[in-house]
Amino acid sequence: MVEFGQFLEILIGGLLSGVLYSLVALGFVLIFKASGVFNFAQGAMVLLAGLALVRSLDFLVARGIPMPVAILMGLMFAGLVMALTAWLIERFVLGPLVNQDGLTLFMSTIGATFILEGAAQMIFGSDVYPLPLFPTDAWFLFESAFPGGILVNKLDVWGGLIAAILVAGLALFFQRTKTGRALRAVADDHAAAQSVGIPISWIWFVVWLVAGLVALVAATVWGTKLGVQFSITFLALKALPVLIIGGFTSVPGAIVGGLIVGAGEKLAEAYLGPQIGGGIEYWFAYVLALAVLLVRPQGLFGERIIERI
Amino acid sequence: MLYREAGQFKTTYAADMAVFPIRQDRIALALLVAVAFIAVPFMAEAQVWPFRTDYMVRAILIPFLILSLAAVGVNILIGYCGQISLGSGAFMAIGAYSAYKFATGVHIPLAWLGTAISIPPLPGLISIPLGGLMAALVGILFGIPSLRIKGLYLAVATLAAQFFFDWVFIRVKWFVNYNSSGSVSAPDMYLGPIHINTPVERYLLCLSAVVIFATLAKNLVRGNIGRQWMAIRDMDIAAELMGIRPLYAKLSAFAVSSFIVGVAGALFAFMYLGAWEPLAFDINRSFQLLFMVIIGGLGSILGCFLGAAFILILPIMLDQIPHAVGIPVSVETVSHLVFIVTGGLICYLLIVEPRGFARLWGIAKEKLRLWPFPY
Repeated sequence: MVEFGQFLEILIGGLLSGVLYSLVALGFVLIFKASGVFNFAQGAMVLLAGLALVRSLDFLVARGIPMPVAILMGLMFAGLVMALTAWLIERFVLGPLVNQDGLTLFMSTIGATFILEGAAQMIFGSDVYPLPLFPTDAWFLFESAFPGGILVNKLDVWGGLIAAILVAGLALFFQRTKTGRALRAVADDHAAAQSVGIPISWIWFVVWLVAGLVALVAATVWGTKLGVQFSITFLALKALPVLIIGGFTSVPGAIVGGLIVGAGEKLAEAYLGPQIGGGIEYWFAYVLALAVLLVRPQGLFGERIIERI
Repeated sequence: MLYREAGQFKTTYAADMAVFPIRQDRIALALLVAVAFIAVPFMAEAQVWPFRTDYMVRAILIPFLILSLAAVGVNILIGYCGQISLGSGAFMAIGAYSAYKFATGVHIPLAWLGTAISIPPLPGLISIPLGGLMAALVGILFGIPSLRIKGLYLAVATLAAQFFFDWVFIRVKWFVNYNSSGSVSAPDMYLGPIHINTPVERYLLCLSAVVIFATLAKNLVRGNIGRQWMAIRDMDIAAELMGIRPLYAKLSAFAVSSFIVGVAGALFAFMYLGAWEPLAFDINRSFQLLFMVIIGGLGSILGCFLGAAFILILPIMLDQIPHAVGIPVSVETVSHLVFIVTGGLICYLLIVEPRGFARLWGIAKEKLRLWPFPY
């Protein structure tokens, strides 16, 4: 029973940490669905949102404003920063690149990543800032069934809840609202969408804003987990295999992909790691993604790519 | 006035197809090579400006040459064949570590056969190209997915290579000869009886390698195989219909590119770093190379050199200029500024001049031909 309990603990821990990857991956999927741009800057946006939030919180709390009000104001400030970022990126990077091919747009987002990383750290500082928004202690479940119970991190559960709400909201937004439909039209074909009267620059602003807000949500959870710091930008690299596995265009795919990656890498680390030297968390997700690419390039939930190579 | 090809008549096909059809280009290049091979070493030995200390050669010229070489390799893959790669750092690492293993002796125990593969330590000059060869083999392996996927998906596949090999060189102690610290130091290099040790000697070795491989690359991309790569890049279906085999074209691009990147990695480790850890070849190195290629110019050998020079000199300039003007800037701010300027320049160039500095140079040449009487 001990072994099964341990297995369950690793599995649950993995699934929940996978949800946290999904939070970042969601931002990618949104922008890809809506503009066909693969946004490498998502990790940098998480960093920017986190820094804006934590620094404004520090500022407000130091001036004696009570915590709940400070959190609310901090979130609003960070939201504003993300809106400004969305506008700047649309206006100065993507706007001039309308109708270019995907690879050019991708490389321009790499450029944007560097600008955001540099600017965020220059304005808000580059230390590690703790962000105590959610409880980080642990629960012990099923103590009657397994000796010692199953350790579950409260923060991970919060992350799961937030991700669920976010996905429901986004699904409604994409399926039910006029803007959501316009977003999907733009993703299909920039030029065609423009020709039927969809204001492309407004749509791109909206989508980058939504992605920025998703980044803010991800930043609250990840910031609590790791502290807001530069290494948060590497989340973008962690989220890539999640996207490949789930499919670039699918919101549920991002969630399922995250679960698979999270559970897979924790289980692999626990059961394969000792045999081949440990630390395989580092690349396991990528090798998994490579395998999926070779068998099913569109991912588990992606739209079928009809394209000759 | 000076740069005008009027009166230079081509009387043979060979002359028409020359690498540098304009006489002034040939003279300028010959001068440049002469300066690099003769003037720089003499000035460095005599310690005249700007070579008062060996800083200029050791910390600027050598990495510039090596990273230019790596950028040539990356440009063959991305700029000429259109296959995006974010794993160049890994291929540099493969080149470096394989060269290290060849130079210190390879011993693979095959216990179940009761025997072992043993290769005695090879001279450095042989092990560096062998390191490139190993990188080429791995490159072909990781190029195979390119036959089914392209664009972003391929970028992820190459990222997989990057992360996997980062891990391999940290965790598999065989590659570092069971050194407990995980870092390795390059063995001594000998060219015949000469021990290549001083910065100038290292510089000359790197320069020779760069000249050889850049010439090779320049001629490859002009020839049959280079045209196949470009056809695949521009439109793969059309290329296939014209009878170009995508398998052969793509994998050969991966092989040639990885070979050059691997040689550059081995040189970087042996000639520049001396002692290194896997961190020297992490994903940031891949991005650095990608930026060199984008800024310098996709699909241009000259662009690789311009891009490498820019990316290397930018941090130094950003560090020096505020000091010279009298504005104190912290080291941290400089590194952030480097981020912002690099990123901004990438976006700017992608929008305004997608073919980079090399294209700007081309435009300047067009203007020069008419100067000072643009009639």
